[in-house]
Amino acid sequence: MFDYAEAAVEAALASGATYADARVMDRRHESMNARNGEIEGLTREGSMGLGVRALIGSGWGFSSTSELTTTAAQAAGAGAAAIARASASVPGRDLELTPVEVRQDSWQNSVDEDPMSVPLSEKGDLLVGVTRTMREHGADVALAGYDVWDTTKWLASSEGHRIDQRIRECGARMDATANGERETQRRSYPGIRGQYGTRGWGLVRELDLPGNAARIAEEARALLSAPECPAIAATDLIIGSEQMALQIHESVGHAVELDRILGWEAAFAGTSWLDLAQIGSLRFGSDLMNVTADATLPGALGSFGYDDEGTPAHPVDIVRDGTWVGVLSGRDSAALAGLDSSGGAVRGDGYNRLPMVRMTNVGLLPGRSSLEEMIAATDDGIMMDTNRSWSIDDKRLNFQFGCEIGWEIKNGRRGRMLKNPTYTGIGPRFWGSLDMLGNEKEWTFWGTPNCGKGQPGQIGHTGHPAVPCRFRGVRVGVRG
Amino acid sequence: MSALLETCERVLARVGTDAEAEVTVTAGTEALTRFATSFIHQNVVDAGHRVHLRLALDGRLAEASVNQTDDDALGRFVSSTVEAARLQPVDPGWPGLAPAADAPDIDHWDDATASADPDARAVRVAAFVAAAGGLETAGFCSTEGIEVAFANSAGQRLRGRSTAAGMDGIARTGSSDGSARAASVRLSDLDGAALGELATRRARESADATDLEPGRYEVVLSPSCVVNMLGFLAIHGFNGRAVEEGRSFARVGEAQFDAGITLADDVTHPLAVGIGFDAEGTPKRRVELVRDGVTAGLVHDRRTAKALDAESTGNAVAGAGPFGAVPANLALEAGSTLPGDLVAGVGRGLLVTDFWYTRILDPRTQVVTGLTRNGVWLVEDGRVVRPVTNLRFTQSFLEALGPGQVRGVGSDLTLVGGATFGLGAYVVPSLHLASWNFTGGAQG
Repeated sequence: MFDYAEAAVEAALASGATYADARVMDRRHESMNARNGEIEGLTREGSMGLGVRALIGSGWGFSSTSELTTTAAQAAGAGAAAIARASASVPGRDLELTPVEVRQDSWQNSVDEDPMSVPLSEKGDLLVGVTRTMREHGADVALAGYDVWDTTKWLASSEGHRIDQRIRECGARMDATANGERETQRRSYPGIRGQYGTRGWGLVRELDLPGNAARIAEEARALLSAPECPAIAATDLIIGSEQMALQIHESVGHAVELDRILGWEAAFAGTSWLDLAQIGSLRFGSDLMNVTADATLPGALGSFGYDDEGTPAHPVDIVRDGTWVGVLSGRDSAALAGLDSSGGAVRGDGYNRLPMVRMTNVGLLPGRSSLEEMIAATDDGIMMDTNRSWSIDDKRLNFQFGCEIGWEIKNGRRGRMLKNPTYTGIGPRFWGSLDMLGNEKEWTFWGTPNCGKGQPGQIGHTGHPAVPCRFRGVRVGVRG
Repeated sequence: MSALLETCERVLARVGTDAEAEVTVTAGTEALTRFATSFIHQNVVDAGHRVHLRLALDGRLAEASVNQTDDDALGRFVSSTVEAARLQPVDPGWPGLAPAADAPDIDHWDDATASADPDARAVRVAAFVAAAGGLETAGFCSTEGIEVAFANSAGQRLRGRSTAAGMDGIARTGSSDGSARAASVRLSDLDGAALGELATRRARESADATDLEPGRYEVVLSPSCVVNMLGFLAIHGFNGRAVEEGRSFARVGEAQFDAGITLADDVTHPLAVGIGFDAEGTPKRRVELVRDGVTAGLVHDRRTAKALDAESTGNAVAGAGPFGAVPANLALEAGSTLPGDLVAGVGRGLLVTDFWYTRILDPRTQVVTGLTRNGVWLVEDGRVVRPVTNLRFTQSFLEALGPGQVRGVGSDLTLVGGATFGLGAYVVPSLHLASWNFTGGAQG
């Protein structure tokens, strides 16, 4: 496979590119869904091809082909250079690339049990069983599913990179919906997006879907008769770790993407409220807030050996003791921003997509409190968990998030269940109110398998280590 | 026989006669030229094939896709899919294959768009950038040409093709963005300079915006906002799966909308893009969803049609799974009022260019939260008086379009791509609505 990648790179250089890299990618995906005790779909997708990226002046050209021959690879390389030349007709400042050590290497993540090899019958029995259980315990609609990805890629660059990687990922999800007179309520487990990692099938076993099916169905039904989350202008808010993963993803992860900060996503995904001139001095949150982007975390969904530019995975400090200190970057964006090196955060969704800045594992480092201690320390507040809706402005500043379930906190105790809980805030003000942070025992590497970005659209797999947190003075209960 | 249909036949032959099978082969080129900070920074072309197979062995289902079409690859693909189906339990909801039937005679195709090169897109980007008069710009120009062949073991054979071109961009002052966009079957319909001028005018006119107290206001919504609303109504309401599961608001025969609303899914519309059949090989047809405010119909794939004792409307989407049927070509009937006259009819309200990051809180009530973007202005006594900073809303889309709530329907019928989370392109006008619940300002 390296031969095809190198043929594409050489053709791009021969056509005028100043730099080129190419990836051959072979990706298999398997998913199965069950609904109300019946298997409703088994899907297997295979995708294999080559994508080549050529740089001329200020513009990238990218071309891909599903035909794996030397001739097709050369045509793709030459095509990428021709596209880059067209890009140069509307020019900007010439792009440079930060230096990276040229490596020839091979990497794969460890898996306890190859998820593709687990018998379909066993996987199907799991999904059928949990959806039946949810139906028996009050769900009007019970859904469950799993996904498995097995990806091998071969990278070659005009600088001499020659890296192959195999990354296996899997995870599962289930949810119960209860229909009331005028509304629906839903409970998901382990989260709205399930739970995924760069792991084997052992991850799915650990989730213990059967042990949680009855509970979430009963909670969905109970929510129909629960009181509404009250509308309060400012209250203490305890957020569970699954919702914290979403909070981190949306209001920290996307905000620190360097391509957004540079304006490269301005028309679509948006920009960022962060100004590079303030890196190292801007207060992002309270002193308790420490965020890293660490693609080396074993088993987390955003882990890999090398990014798609050949930069080795490494941890990057994003927020240290509440101060903004780092970004998610690639070689071109880092160079433009005057950084010394790439953050190693460039990945493409499949062989036919241009690699771009994506989150790795962007998450909170744990603190010292347990969830029980947070509840006990709260006289009057609200607790919420499991994401239900998420909306944030194009600068990643003004957000409103909804959760599936909430509870009153009164005098240090968890009280009544609340339905339709929402909270809203402005990023740095909200993070600045963080005053209790969950401990290492509560630290969960949540995986988001569906992060959308880019045009044409790309789906990214990102990880978000998170713990429960308490925030002060938060507006809750916004309703239509 | 076309090469794509021939590939379908090769796959069906390998499946044999023991299984019910349907095969879709898609081939084509998708290209997108992207610009930001007023230069082209990303520029991509993707050309390829995809073969999708769904088969049922005595009601045991498996589905697979592959992008390699040589004999060896197809042989492995078919045998592994058959093997997977054997291991599955019987699916009691399996509706069987679509019978042979003709698709509507449409051809939303333009040769020049299908073969457009990067220079053709770059010329339009250059014109957009130049029209901005020095303001920073960002956006994209895209072209695609897709051919599709479908065959199943029930004798259905179909071919279709479609081109689409789109341009979408913003111009930016230091304090504001303004947007403009256009979509068509033909790249030649896209005028980069005109779009650049419109985006620039909107950016300049929304500069130095000031805050407005959140609350309920009348709104005039641009076509892009209207498309955003219809996407939620489609996925969570008119979708047969949502009705089957009790999650939908839709009650056929009831006046759930204002009398000014007439809505259909219609790939035969002159402005539409797309092909004349769905992922199951069911021909598409005009499906009326709302007539003069009365909910008139739903969209179905074969599975939801079976469950609700209805007929498929040709709205199956490959891989949609639990989401059900999707209308990819919604068309909202235009009124006779020019967009400017819609504004003239506003007492005190807001003129909104775009919605952003809309997410549903409850599918039944259609309560959605999101924000305004790329220009929002306060209108008083029929005149635009000043730009305001972006606002957050939390609003039931169903109530906003409910009886008595639509004060005007624009004559500006517009094709907007990227609808229903990227699965379609809708044809809609601007709307003047009586009330919209803005729940927060730029500062929270």
